[in-house]
Amino acid sequence: MSTKADTVTKKGYDVEELRAQFPILKELVHGKPLVYFDNAATSQKPRRVIKAESAYYATINANVHRGVHTLSTKATEAQEAARETIRQHINASAVHEIIFTSGTTAGINLAATSLGQLLLKKGDEVVISGMEHHSNIVPWQLACERHGATLKVIPITDSGEWDLKQVPFSDRSRILAISHVSNTLGTINPVKKLIAQAKKKGIVTVVDGAQAAPHLKIDVQDLGCDLYAFSGHKAYGPTGTGVLYGREELLERMPPCQGGGEMIDTVTLEKSTWAKLPFKFEAGTPHIAGIIGLGEAIRWMQDYDLDAMAAHEHTLLEHATKELLTIDGLRIIGTAKEKVGVISFVIEGVHHYDLGTLLDQQGIAVRTGHHCTQPLMDRFGVSGTTRASFACFNTIMEVDAMVAGVKKGVKMLR
Amino acid sequence: MNAVTMTIAQAQQEVVDEFALFSDWQDRYEHLIELGKDLPLIAPEKKIEENIVRGCQSRVWLNADVSTALDMTKRIHFTADSDAIITKGLIALLVRVLNDRTPQEILDTPLTFIDAIGLREHLSPNRSNGLSAMMDQMKRYALAYSSKS
Repeated sequence: MSTKADTVTKKGYDVEELRAQFPILKELVHGKPLVYFDNAATSQKPRRVIKAESAYYATINANVHRGVHTLSTKATEAQEAARETIRQHINASAVHEIIFTSGTTAGINLAATSLGQLLLKKGDEVVISGMEHHSNIVPWQLACERHGATLKVIPITDSGEWDLKQVPFSDRSRILAISHVSNTLGTINPVKKLIAQAKKKGIVTVVDGAQAAPHLKIDVQDLGCDLYAFSGHKAYGPTGTGVLYGREELLERMPPCQGGGEMIDTVTLEKSTWAKLPFKFEAGTPHIAGIIGLGEAIRWMQDYDLDAMAAHEHTLLEHATKELLTIDGLRIIGTAKEKVGVISFVIEGVHHYDLGTLLDQQGIAVRTGHHCTQPLMDRFGVSGTTRASFACFNTIMEVDAMVAGVKKGVKMLR
Repeated sequence: MNAVTMTIAQAQQEVVDEFALFSDWQDRYEHLIELGKDLPLIAPEKKIEENIVRGCQSRVWLNADVSTALDMTKRIHFTADSDAIITKGLIALLVRVLNDRTPQEILDTPLTFIDAIGLREHLSPNRSNGLSAMMDQMKRYALAYSSKS
């Protein structure tokens, strides 16, 4: 689905070479070439990641940190190499600040449970924004409920950005939990600026980086955040993997949430003591194969130029925005200046479920619905949107195929 | 034969034959969309919270009324609606096949036509369009009316 034209959208960016690394892009859907625009839900995986994961099972499968035997040592080394790759990738200061989780949701739940116990008292406040994914709302609601705290919300402007004039910080604010990039709108939020404000007030900061990890260079020290969670599967890695970065000093104070193997130092029937970081937060056998695959996904991204990928995705976004806006009655939800390659839209008289169905018939995979952001849908007065989200391997021709598909769908539905 | 004198199995076969006329997806969906547009709407007073069959993507309203003939035979009359037109087209087919049947026939006859006309994907729980929940709900009404003497 691409031509030479795509390869020159960014000088030196060879989208064909990239596409060749994703086996799934050869699949047909309803007899048509797959156009995969649901990368914000989960990205496709390059062959190197698939191979790394299966090679673990085929050659070094053993439990980590337990055996004295050779396979266990190799598995442990491979897993810990992934941890170091991730540390370096997000510029954490120490490797034990990298906690493996099953995904962003698990990371935020860990943060909310543990920080809630550590910090929240009756009458305290947790601040989130109105564009958060349910995964960065509900865990905080649960924590607030447990400790008698209240959730405060940063309002969202018409363009889909935080209204920074109305950040509800108060002397009872204890935690700020915000997304780096909106999954529904694509907005890249000014997290660094807000974190700096929060820090001055002694507020602990948690960033949901699920949508940033596949698109942006993340530097946790530069951002200044206390905790940063992201998923592997949205960043070309395996499903069931994720990372929670935490500043060492804070992690040391945070209580563990799950008990079990690997996370203890000593256990007696009266009292147990905890293992060192990061193992204190990694009870049970981790998703070893997935973690090794995640490490490989990050190395794969590093072998390319993340900035060039982002520039290519931006070209796709600009083209899609321009072309979609030629459709009568189409409204884009999320028009922030700074966006990743995510475009959400509604069309007058057309239900997103119908449009998604007709696009699927044409081999085009988009996401429809509320994208796990119901409060944001309410803010914009819509029940759902159709969302296209781009990855490094998508092409201008695919965007054109989608726009043509939307036009065809609209014609059929009106 | 009108719809009521047919059995559910016959009515299903009629839908299958009707869809066999379409050679590609576009014709099939255009027909479905037309059916959706033609579906007699549920009475506004029945479009209430209690009649909503929840789906994540599209919503479905379903109402069931029962009538008893002189021979005491009960028949269920369904009316329904959805906010998505393709879902509505599928509802129109379900209503056509199941409407004014006895509770026992609804309970006894497996619904196979959606699969047979190549629209099975709409019944996937992943679609969360309320359709499979609606089918369950129709069977539940039939069960409720069959046990009430």
